[in-house]
Amino acid sequence: MADVTAGTNPGPKTVSTADVVRASLARRNRKQTLLQVLGLGAISFAFLMLFILIASLVSSGYHAFTQTHITLDVFIDPEEVPLERLPRGGFDDVLEASLASVLEDTDPNDRATMRALGGLLSNGAQFRLRDRVVEDPDLVGQTIAMTVPVSDPYDQLNKGLIDRETPEQHRRLKDFEIAWFDQLMAKEAISKPLNTGLIANADSRFPELAGLKGALIGSFWALFVCFVISFPLGIGAAIYLEEFAPKNKFSDLVEVNINNLAAVPSVVFGLLALAVFIGWFGLPRSAPFVGGMTLALMTMPTIIIATRAALKAVPPSIREAALGVGASKHQVVFGHVLPLAMPGILTGTIIGLAQALGETAPLLLIGMNAFITSAPSGPFDSATALPTQIFIWADSPERGFVSRTSAAILVLLGFLITMNAISIYLRNKFERSW
Amino acid sequence: MTTFAFVALLCVSVLGYSLNRHAATRLRANGTRLHSVPAYHGLYSLLSTMVPVVTLIVTWLMLQGPLIDRFTMSGLPAGSLDSLDTGGRQLILAEIKSISRGRIFGDPEAWKVDAADRYVRMHAISGWVLLGTVIVASLGIVGFSRSRVAAEFRARHGVERITSGLMLFCSTIAIFTTLGIIAALLFESIRFFERVPIMEFFFGLNWEPQIPLREDQIAAEGAFGWIPVFLGTLVITVVALFLAVPVGLLSAIYLNEFAPSRLRAVAKPVLEILAGVPTVVYGFFAILVVAPAIRSFGATLGIPVSPNTALAAGTVMGIMLIPFISSFTDDALSAVPKSLRDGALALGATRAETVLNVLFPAAIPGIVGGILLAISRAIGETMIVVMAAGLIASLTVNPLDSVTTVTVQIVTLLIGDTSFDNPKTLAAFALGMMLFVVTLVINVFALRIVRKYREAYE
Repeated sequence: MADVTAGTNPGPKTVSTADVVRASLARRNRKQTLLQVLGLGAISFAFLMLFILIASLVSSGYHAFTQTHITLDVFIDPEEVPLERLPRGGFDDVLEASLASVLEDTDPNDRATMRALGGLLSNGAQFRLRDRVVEDPDLVGQTIAMTVPVSDPYDQLNKGLIDRETPEQHRRLKDFEIAWFDQLMAKEAISKPLNTGLIANADSRFPELAGLKGALIGSFWALFVCFVISFPLGIGAAIYLEEFAPKNKFSDLVEVNINNLAAVPSVVFGLLALAVFIGWFGLPRSAPFVGGMTLALMTMPTIIIATRAALKAVPPSIREAALGVGASKHQVVFGHVLPLAMPGILTGTIIGLAQALGETAPLLLIGMNAFITSAPSGPFDSATALPTQIFIWADSPERGFVSRTSAAILVLLGFLITMNAISIYLRNKFERSW
Repeated sequence: MTTFAFVALLCVSVLGYSLNRHAATRLRANGTRLHSVPAYHGLYSLLSTMVPVVTLIVTWLMLQGPLIDRFTMSGLPAGSLDSLDTGGRQLILAEIKSISRGRIFGDPEAWKVDAADRYVRMHAISGWVLLGTVIVASLGIVGFSRSRVAAEFRARHGVERITSGLMLFCSTIAIFTTLGIIAALLFESIRFFERVPIMEFFFGLNWEPQIPLREDQIAAEGAFGWIPVFLGTLVITVVALFLAVPVGLLSAIYLNEFAPSRLRAVAKPVLEILAGVPTVVYGFFAILVVAPAIRSFGATLGIPVSPNTALAAGTVMGIMLIPFISSFTDDALSAVPKSLRDGALALGATRAETVLNVLFPAAIPGIVGGILLAISRAIGETMIVVMAAGLIASLTVNPLDSVTTVTVQIVTLLIGDTSFDNPKTLAAFALGMMLFVVTLVINVFALRIVRKYREAYE
C-alpha cells in the first residue's frame, strides 16, 4: 500500500503521517462499524425484551377477557328446594339434575356421574341460583333459564388451552367429560361473552369467579390517601426549600434526606410502616389507609423534586414584577409563582402516583396480600391492591389464574399508560416557554 | 365520632373566617384604614383555629388506641394474665377486640365479654370527650381571634407566619421519615440481637430462620447467619449487571452518537416504558417466560438447572436496569463539553474513537455513579426476586443454582406473621437494617461522585 501511495504522491521518500493514517483508516472504520453494530444490537435487545414482555402478557392474558358460560333451563324442584327451608336447599342438586336432563347417557341415580356433572359448573352457580330464588320465592316449581360460568377446566377446554391429544391420564378432563362438553357445544348451550366478572367480582379461590373489584377499590383508596397526604406536604416542603429556606445546615440536611429517601429500597418503607404505623400506632393491618400513608412517604420525594423544578422554571421577572408593585413575598409565591408552576407540579404528581400504583413490596409487608372475597367499603377495611392482587394470583396453583394474572397486569399497565398520557397531555397543553 | 369532630372543626373555622372578614369589612366601611385586607383577617381566624385543633385531633387519635388497649388489659381480673407471654396477651387483646366488634366465636369467658364492654365504653367516652374538646377549643380560638380584629392588627403578617411554619413542618417530614426508618430498624434489630448473638448474625454461614414451636423441639433450632443470604443477593446483582451494563452503555452510546434522529425519537419512549413497568410485572415475566426458557435451554444442553435459578431472576433484573444505566450514561455523555468532542473530531478521530477515547473517559465518573445507583437498586429490588428466586439460603456462586436474597427473606419472614417478639420476625428487621445501611452507603457515595463530576464541567 505504501508503494502505491508513494507512486501517486511525489513527496519525500520517508513514510508520511497521511500514509499511516490512510493505512489504518480501514481498520479504524471497521472498529466504528463494530461499535455501531453493537450499539444497534443493544437497542434492539431492549426493544425485543419489551416486545416479548408485552406479547407474552397479551397472548396469555387475552383469554381472561372472555369467560365461557353455559345456558341451562333449570327446573327448580320443590322437593329439593322446599319453600320453608329457604335460603337453604339443594341448589347444587337442582343444577346437576338440569344438566343431566340435557346430556345423553347420564344416569341421575349414579352419584359419581352427578358429582362429575356438578364439576362442570362454576362453584358460584348454585349461589347465584339461590340468590335468585331467595329474591323471588315464586320461582320454586318453575323452569327458568340461567346463564352461569362453567368451571375453570372446561373454560380452558373451550379456549383451546387443554390439548385433546394428550393421553387421558395426563389431562385435567377425562374423555367422557370432554364428550359432555361437546354435546353442550352442539346444543349451542355454550357461549363465550366478555368477562365482566374480571372487573365486577372480588377475589375468589375459583379462577372463573375471581375478579379485580376489591383490588381496584383498594388501590383507589390507597392512592387517594397517598395523594391527600403527599400532595400538600410535598408542595409545602418544595415551596419552603425553593423560595424561603435560608442557606444553612438545616436546609442542607433536608435536601440530603430527600435525595436519599428517593433511593431507599421500597421494602424498607414497608418495614417502617409495619413497625411504626401498625406496631406502635396500632393501625389496622391490610388497610388501604396504612398503604396510602406508606406510599405517600415514598411519593413525597418525587413530588418535592418535580415541584422544585417547576418553581425554578418560572422566570424571575414574574417575581420581580409582583414584588415591584408591592406584593409581599408570600403573595408573590402563592398568587403568582405557584399558579404558573401548577401544570409542572401536577405532571410530577401524576407520575409519582403512577409509580405508587405499581408499588408492591411495602404493601405486602403491611398485609395487603390477604385473601379477601369482598370489596372494601372504606379506607380502613381490609383490602388488596392491584399489584398485590397480581402477586397473589401469580402465586396461585390453578391454571386459570395464569391468564387472570396476565389480564390483571394488562389492566394495571392500562392504568399506568392512561396516567402517563394525562401527564404528557398536561405538559404539552399548559407548558409555557418564557 | 372522629368524622363529627372534623366536621365540627370545619364548621367552626368557616364561621370564624366569615365573622372576622365581616367585622373587618364593616370597619373599613366606617372609613377606617385597615393594615390588612378583610380576607386576611378571615384567613387568620381560619388558620389559627385549624392548625392547633387538627394537631390536637391527630395526637388524640394516635394516643387513644394504645392507651385504651393498656387500660383494657390492666382492668382485667387479677390472675387472668398470669403465665402468659406477650404473644398470649396480644391474643387475648385481639379476642376482646373482636368480641367488641360483635364477632363472637364459641363461648368466651364472662371476663372477656366484660372487658369487651369496657373497651367499647372507653372508645365511646373518648370519642365524646374529643368532640367536646374540639368544639370548645375551636370556639374559644374563634372568639379570641374575633376580638383581635382592629384597624392596626397585622392579620397578613400573622397568616404569613402560620403558613411559613406549616411549610417548615412539611419540609421536616423528610427528616422525620428517615429518623422513623432508623428508629424502627434499630429498635427491632436490638431486640433481635438480644435473642441471637450479634457475631452469629454477621459471620454465621447458615441461614435457617426457624423457631421451635414447642419447648422440647430440638431439631428446629434456627440459624441466623446472614452471609449466605447476602451472597445470594450479590450473585443475582452480578448477573443483572452483566446484562444491564454492556447493553445500557452500548445503547446510550449508540443513541447519543450514531442513531438517526427518527430512531432516537422512538427509542427514548421505549426505554421510558421499560423503566416504568412495575417490578411485580417483571417478576411475573420471569416466572412466565424467562425461567422456563432457561430451564429448557439447560435441558437441551444437558445441564441440570434448578427451578428458581439466580440466572432467571438476575436476567430479568438486568432488563429492568437497562433503561436506568442507559439514561445515566446518556446524561453523563451529554454533559461532556462540546469543545472536547469538536477537538477530537478536528484532529481526525473517527466518531467511535471520539466516543471511546475522549467522551467516555470524561464521562466515567457520571457513569460509575449511575452503575453504583443501579447496584443499590438491584440489592434493594424485591418483587422480581420474591417471585423468581428461591427461598433456601445456600452458600454458592453458581448462577444456575437457586439462591435467596435479603429482600426475599424479609418478605417471607413477615408475610402472615403478626407477633413481634420472636427471632424469626425480628430477623427481618435486622436484615432490613443491613439492607438500609448497604444501600445508603452506596447511594451517598454515588450521589457524591455524580455531583462532584457535574460541578467539574459547569
